[in-house]
Amino acid sequence: MKFGVVVFPGSNCDHDCYSVVRDVLQQPVEFIWHKSKTSPRVDCLILPGGFSYGDYLRTGAIARFSPMLDMVLAHAEQGKPVIGICNGFQILLEAGLLPGAMLRNKTLTFICKYVPLRVESQLSPFTRHIPKGTVLNIPIAHGEGNYYCDQATLKHLRARDQILFRYAAPDGQVTSESNPNGSVDNIAGICNERGNVLGMMPHPERCMEPAMGSSDGLSIFRSLLNSARILA
Amino acid sequence: MLRKKKDWMVEVFVTLKPSVLDPQGTTVQRALHSMGYTSLTGARLGKYFKLSFAANLNKTEVEKQARRMCDKLLVNPVIEHYHLKISNDAKRAA
Repeated sequence: MKFGVVVFPGSNCDHDCYSVVRDVLQQPVEFIWHKSKTSPRVDCLILPGGFSYGDYLRTGAIARFSPMLDMVLAHAEQGKPVIGICNGFQILLEAGLLPGAMLRNKTLTFICKYVPLRVESQLSPFTRHIPKGTVLNIPIAHGEGNYYCDQATLKHLRARDQILFRYAAPDGQVTSESNPNGSVDNIAGICNERGNVLGMMPHPERCMEPAMGSSDGLSIFRSLLNSARILA
Repeated sequence: MLRKKKDWMVEVFVTLKPSVLDPQGTTVQRALHSMGYTSLTGARLGKYFKLSFAANLNKTEVEKQARRMCDKLLVNPVIEHYHLKISNDAKRAA
């Protein structure tokens, strides 16, 4: 499976994503500059973390108008996988590929730490091969990861099984104490109705092999690769 | 004597929807309380934009363009509301 990492001015997890795809997943990967107007010849697009356009106006708001976003929309429309991590998730929200918006963390602090996530749905190829209820330890690193959506949207997300990850306690209990940033319903990651577009605040690319402290992020990418093979 | 027309000025006031929690506003409110302003009952933060438009446009067109800019970029309708103030008064535009 060929991956493309979209690079915006201010992206800072682009090289992490590139490196884990090449070295850990051992899949072909290329960087794609956000000004590119040609359709990328890749199977999966990664919108990496960082601070695109310095988070000016709102996180992801300016990046959403990069020429490459039209390609991302078209790629998603074709049912091909797109993953937005952290700032990438914020961009997907601004672009309307995923519902909701991000607010400042309830603590107003930038939070950088490992958090337990409970896998809630296997709707997406990114979680199809991870048993529901599995607890993954994956780090977050954000100041604006307080996911917000209105009650009607939340109801819809729940009904369609689009909530993929919730912040949980180490034993998998979803509690208000285990919610680091104030997100509605402890939401850490969601997908679109078709399941091919994933947005998540935690950084799976930062925990892909034991030397990195955890290899739990690998299960998400492994699930994607397995799903692709089954579909092929 | 011919007077040069002033550019239009559009002020955009962006506020968080009432249903959206505002952690920054809450913190500001708490700080003000601790400073002794105990009768303060609320504080919410918003954004303010000052946009200028060419004087040769009419007001309807100015409003139309400003609203389009708000809907497309300046405001996120999921969490925010906005209202506009449009003027081309020389004093206000200063």
